[in-house]
Amino acid sequence: MAYVAVKGGERAIEAAHAWRAEARRGDPALPALDPAQIEGQLGRAVDRAMAEGSLYDRKLAALAIAQAEGDLIEAAFLLRAYRTTLPRFGASLPLDTERMAIRRRISAIFKDLPGGQVLGPTTDYTHRLLDFGLRDGQAPPAAPVADPDRAPMPRVADILAAEDLIRPDPPAAAEPADITRAAPGFPPPRDARLQSLARGDEGFLLGLGYSTQRGYGGSHPFAGEIRMGAVSVEIVPEELGFAIDIGEIVLTECQMVNQFAGTKTEPARFTTGYGLAFGHADRRAMAMALVDRALQARELGEDATAPAQDAEFVLGHADNIEATGFVEHLKLPHYVDFQSEIEAVRRLRAMAATALAEAAE
Amino acid sequence: MLNPEPTPKTPRQSWMAVLARADAAAIADQLPPNDLLPGWRLLRGPEAGLIMLRGRTGGAGAPFNLAEMTVTRCTLRLATGQVGHATIAGQDPRHAELAALADALLQDPARHAALHAALIAPLAAGQDAAREAIAARAAATRVQFFALQTMRT
Amino acid sequence: MSVAPATVVPPDRPGFADPVADAQATFRAVLDALARPGRIHPAGVGLDAPAPLAPATAALLLTLVDPDTPIWLAPALAAARDWIVFHCGAPLVADPGAAAFVVTTELPPLDRLAAGSDEAPEAGASVILQLAALGTGPRMRLTGPGLAAPSLFAATGLGAGFVAAWWANRALFPRGIDLLLCAGTELAALPRSVSVEAL
Repeated sequence: MAYVAVKGGERAIEAAHAWRAEARRGDPALPALDPAQIEGQLGRAVDRAMAEGSLYDRKLAALAIAQAEGDLIEAAFLLRAYRTTLPRFGASLPLDTERMAIRRRISAIFKDLPGGQVLGPTTDYTHRLLDFGLRDGQAPPAAPVADPDRAPMPRVADILAAEDLIRPDPPAAAEPADITRAAPGFPPPRDARLQSLARGDEGFLLGLGYSTQRGYGGSHPFAGEIRMGAVSVEIVPEELGFAIDIGEIVLTECQMVNQFAGTKTEPARFTTGYGLAFGHADRRAMAMALVDRALQARELGEDATAPAQDAEFVLGHADNIEATGFVEHLKLPHYVDFQSEIEAVRRLRAMAATALAEAAE
Repeated sequence: MLNPEPTPKTPRQSWMAVLARADAAAIADQLPPNDLLPGWRLLRGPEAGLIMLRGRTGGAGAPFNLAEMTVTRCTLRLATGQVGHATIAGQDPRHAELAALADALLQDPARHAALHAALIAPLAAGQDAAREAIAARAAATRVQFFALQTMRT
Repeated sequence: MSVAPATVVPPDRPGFADPVADAQATFRAVLDALARPGRIHPAGVGLDAPAPLAPATAALLLTLVDPDTPIWLAPALAAARDWIVFHCGAPLVADPGAAAFVVTTELPPLDRLAAGSDEAPEAGASVILQLAALGTGPRMRLTGPGLAAPSLFAATGLGAGFVAAWWANRALFPRGIDLLLCAGTELAALPRSVSVEAL
């Protein structure tokens, strides 16, 4: 199946674009939406567009969301397209989430973990009742404050690792794979898998993560730790030769902890799945961690039978920009293909009718 | 709830971090007027580009490529010889140029003390206060859960 | 793809005056040069190139080379190293066989460079060869894609073994090396698809 080139239609296309722009603007009696409002007030939409657009820039993501009328896959698509216009200056030093300025940090496995638990700005304990007060533009009450505690907050995975209770990662390649530069081979290494999952569609990751909990490759996960906060980004410019801090980004990190029964040569330990997401994105980070753990099945000698354990399936379908491109291209003219199909169907029917008539004689 | 162990920074690394977190207007406000500054020549930029952000598997393991972020960078040389550099998150060429200019001026021993006091110290104090305000909100959500009888039998 | 970039002293010479428009114009010249093998195009006019780089060579580097393209720089051009690393961000490699761009003033042994694979012929290296002159010197006849009729080409400094080395490279197609020739403010290209006969 292939689509065909067509000519013409410019005037209709221009009119369609103009109508779309008018529709996007909405009721002219109401003030136009300023992307700065989206950046400030639709933060979770900005986080998701940045993650799936694979580009951290809150201002550009807010603009993309406004332009896409809130269609987040379209917004991510706009960001992906924009990033191709910019040169890449290099790579950051690995982000140090241990040194995150913590806004939220919870663990479902240790009640009393070093540094304690901090709920942060969460909706976890709300009743999901619509807040009609928002319609009146009511100002929220000021958030309470308390004296900041300066106790270190080590990562839960590191606490377990210190007791040798976590299976250590195998040694890494000198230079991590980059799926934006070279397609990963199959089976893909874990670094390439994490990069794919980090930009994967949140709904797809969520569904796959859910499937592992429901028995499709399950490995009984615990949310070892979820932390969210600002992390400094450091690079080493070639003319300086030392690291400089270029600003902060907000990240959500999730460590899922799963039991591992051990093998003849390895003691029983825990394994982990890892999720790292732009902004405040518990759901994305948790789903990513579940899928990351499921994709380790082969390395851990587990039977890989479930969809979430199949790297070729997961990575081949996680990217919603690729997916929407291939699904939506079906809208393009396929006149020639379909013409040949329709002729084939007519021919088959004619042959069948002839055969029937001959049989009747 | 603040960074538990900030890596010790050199003075230049510290002021560059403060300048990167400031905005163009805040830097411009505290720089001496142009006629009191040595001239400068742009060596590269200000130019927009990307940095590939790297994470670590499991937070502490092998590096992996996470996604990119936008940055703007600028390098310039003062007529007095100092070379200033800035790379800043986001897309603001004026911010990058002013940060590079301030970086160069701060390397001039004759200007350093006054400029640091007028520009860097107040910006750093404001940034610290903003961090503290977030940490104070986080502290108010610190929780002590009490585990009840296990629900599963 | 990245090897840690070397540290550099920022050079005083700037890059393109208008980075976007100048890079686009040079890129267009490279495309045209590759599409019409042997035809000479202006490149780097007005660029204050650092010695010993010719303006065309410097313009090509600013246009084509970035942190994703490791380069091997001939010792004869080492004086421009800091300018190249600073403006292009390119990692320098010690082995020409590991380079995406080989930047030199003498034809390197083409069989020692990355020629790509049948699956990924685009991974073949490009040689940016700075010569004394284009349009004068030993004459060659070019035939191949992009040339409706055989075309004459001349360059000074390709060296005696060039035609034989080029036939060996041509035989690898679709693998192989592409040759970008620079002299002064002029550029010509010999893509791997072109056949060369000495006259």
